[in-house]
Amino acid sequence: MQKLIKNLNFIWNKFRRTNEQFWDEIEEQLILNDVGPQTTSLIISSVRQETLSGNINYIDNIKELLKKHLLDIMEEQSADSGYILSDKAPTVWMLAGVNGVGKTSSIAKLAKFFKDKGKQVLLTAADTYRAAAYEQIDHFAQVLGLPIVHHQRYSDPGAVVYDSLEKAIAKGIDIVLIDTAGRMHTAYNLMEELKKIKKVITKKISREPDETLIVLDSTTGQNAKQQAAIFREAVQPSGIILTKTDGTSKGGIVITITNELKIPVKFITSGEKLDNIEVFDAKKFIDSLFS
Amino acid sequence: MFEFLTAKFEDLFYKIRNKGKLSPQDLEVALREIRMALLEADVNFKVVKEFLENIKARALGQNILESLTPTQQVIKIVNDEMIKMLGSGSSDASFAGKPPTVYMLVGLQGTGKTTATIKLADFIKNKYQRKVSVIAADIYRPAAAKQLSDNASQHGIEVYHNEKADPVTIAAEGLDFYRKSGADVIIIDTAGRLQIDADMMNEVAAIKKKVLPHQILLVLDAMTGQEAVNIAQQFNEKLEFDGIILTKLDSDTRGGAALSINHVVKKPVKFISTGEKVEDFDIFHPDRIASRILGMGDVLTLIEKAEKVIDEKKAKELEQKIFKNEMNFVDFIDQMKSIRKMGSLDKIFSMLPVQNRSKVLSNVNMDDSQLDRIEAMVNSMTVQERLKPYIINGSRKKRIAAGSGTSVGDVNKLLKQFSMAQQTLKQFSRPGGNKGFKLPF
Repeated sequence: MQKLIKNLNFIWNKFRRTNEQFWDEIEEQLILNDVGPQTTSLIISSVRQETLSGNINYIDNIKELLKKHLLDIMEEQSADSGYILSDKAPTVWMLAGVNGVGKTSSIAKLAKFFKDKGKQVLLTAADTYRAAAYEQIDHFAQVLGLPIVHHQRYSDPGAVVYDSLEKAIAKGIDIVLIDTAGRMHTAYNLMEELKKIKKVITKKISREPDETLIVLDSTTGQNAKQQAAIFREAVQPSGIILTKTDGTSKGGIVITITNELKIPVKFITSGEKLDNIEVFDAKKFIDSLFS
Repeated sequence: MFEFLTAKFEDLFYKIRNKGKLSPQDLEVALREIRMALLEADVNFKVVKEFLENIKARALGQNILESLTPTQQVIKIVNDEMIKMLGSGSSDASFAGKPPTVYMLVGLQGTGKTTATIKLADFIKNKYQRKVSVIAADIYRPAAAKQLSDNASQHGIEVYHNEKADPVTIAAEGLDFYRKSGADVIIIDTAGRLQIDADMMNEVAAIKKKVLPHQILLVLDAMTGQEAVNIAQQFNEKLEFDGIILTKLDSDTRGGAALSINHVVKKPVKFISTGEKVEDFDIFHPDRIASRILGMGDVLTLIEKAEKVIDEKKAKELEQKIFKNEMNFVDFIDQMKSIRKMGSLDKIFSMLPVQNRSKVLSNVNMDDSQLDRIEAMVNSMTVQERLKPYIINGSRKKRIAAGSGTSVGDVNKLLKQFSMAQQTLKQFSRPGGNKGFKLPF
């Protein structure tokens, strides 16, 4: 993040030299941040258009314009989204995503987030596929002192979810967080399984899960768009959790995803500690790119 | 994998192949399309820039836009540069002179190190019949050692782990343990770490120092975006790794990381992991990937063969002759022989891309026996007749026909074809400069 800020400031300062070079360098920065070539060129051409028609040529004004443009894209989706808790307990959230993006860590962080708000949280280990997946989430359950529902490895994840919801209803739990197995969006059977898990939830609580969140790794490039598109097709996610933002990648692809697929980012995670999760703030996200 | 780029390049080459000439503007358009495709595929921005600059410099530097086969030449340049970018030659598993051979796998969180550890172990075990054991040196992620040992036991691989020690100690202890038990190959699975996390990077450097692995492999998620090169570069600065395992290629990733990394870090992608199953693991062949991306391996062979047999200086002289209407049967037979050196006509045509084949064949309508006859007829001509075809009159035709075992009709046909070829070639040829040479049929 620091690098980008430094680079952008450097570019702003060079602005007066040549106009064309200025826009080229903006393009480079956006692309290097995984915004993607198409979205980048759309953003640049519309901001350029505005600078021309508004006769704006001060660097700071152009900078503001670009910022505002990016913010508009992000806010159009997330302005009134926030995260959703059900009036009728239990609130049910389901997390999904490809392998290795950080689903289980995100579950643990969300669990802490809600536990700290005084909520009764129940974890559901619906990844019955990966070796030691249960032990991993169970470790977090123990650390946080939270109940967890699980079955044996290779058992039906739908059944785990069903049991978990039964238990949640019986015990008056506030929030059920469901961890699912990592699955490649290209694996047809696994995507069908995910649809089935969602159906089990919908049937049991007589409404869709309050949040169906796809977890995206900020290190991922343009493929994140495909992931989002295919998960959208399968389970119509209500939002995104952007993980690993403490690395050197910025997750610029979410700008494209928000713009094209209209899925808002809801949370952002940034480290190995259980506190390293924040509700996504579009302004902060964009500001941090330009401060 | 790589279908996206293959489709893009196929489309692009198809478009430019259909152009006879290529203007500088056409080249610009083509380069812009290549740029877009590569960036959409997550090839690093700077690598793309360099790639395009190289193509442009070579295309303009060699005046190929003015040659008679500019599109073929541009395609060849793109291919050369693609291979240069990907690196060539594949590498298999390698072993230390004295066992045990120690591999260490490193990488960011969630790239698939633990899965790759098992897959590599299984690969070496099955392919080389070696005894492979693994060491679980990830003490940070909950249940990481259990994940490794659960998977390992399913595949009959032994795991060393010690929940109470630090990773450097675990690695050293494990190595000791397996050395005593006579393991051939030991693979150390390490914790995921950010390349900017100094403590964690120091830790993995300490493991390296302690166990001196034969090979350090960086495990990289094939879906990684623009940062892939920086991640690899920084791991390399700290560890000087030997190669890369590219994982999750069963996604629909466009695989740009694979194209960028070798170019920037000069370390080869050695293995690829392509699925959930342990067997979904293989050696990486960069050259095959390049032809696959470009969808045109056969045409390249053809161009290379042509390059080998066509003498450029001779071609240039011939061009001058054609322009001055001085082409004769000596030149004609020379060219024909050159082409025949490339192999039978059938074989040559089979190397053309499918979409061009029917077009060429309908125009040519010639087989090897016809070429034999032409050669025989030319061989039956006197030197004078070959140099000055216009002196061939009725009695000369009879002699040529008799000498070559053909008929006067055949000789007439040849003379007619020859004069048509002269005319056609003259149209293609323009005075001045390097034009390349279009083959007469």
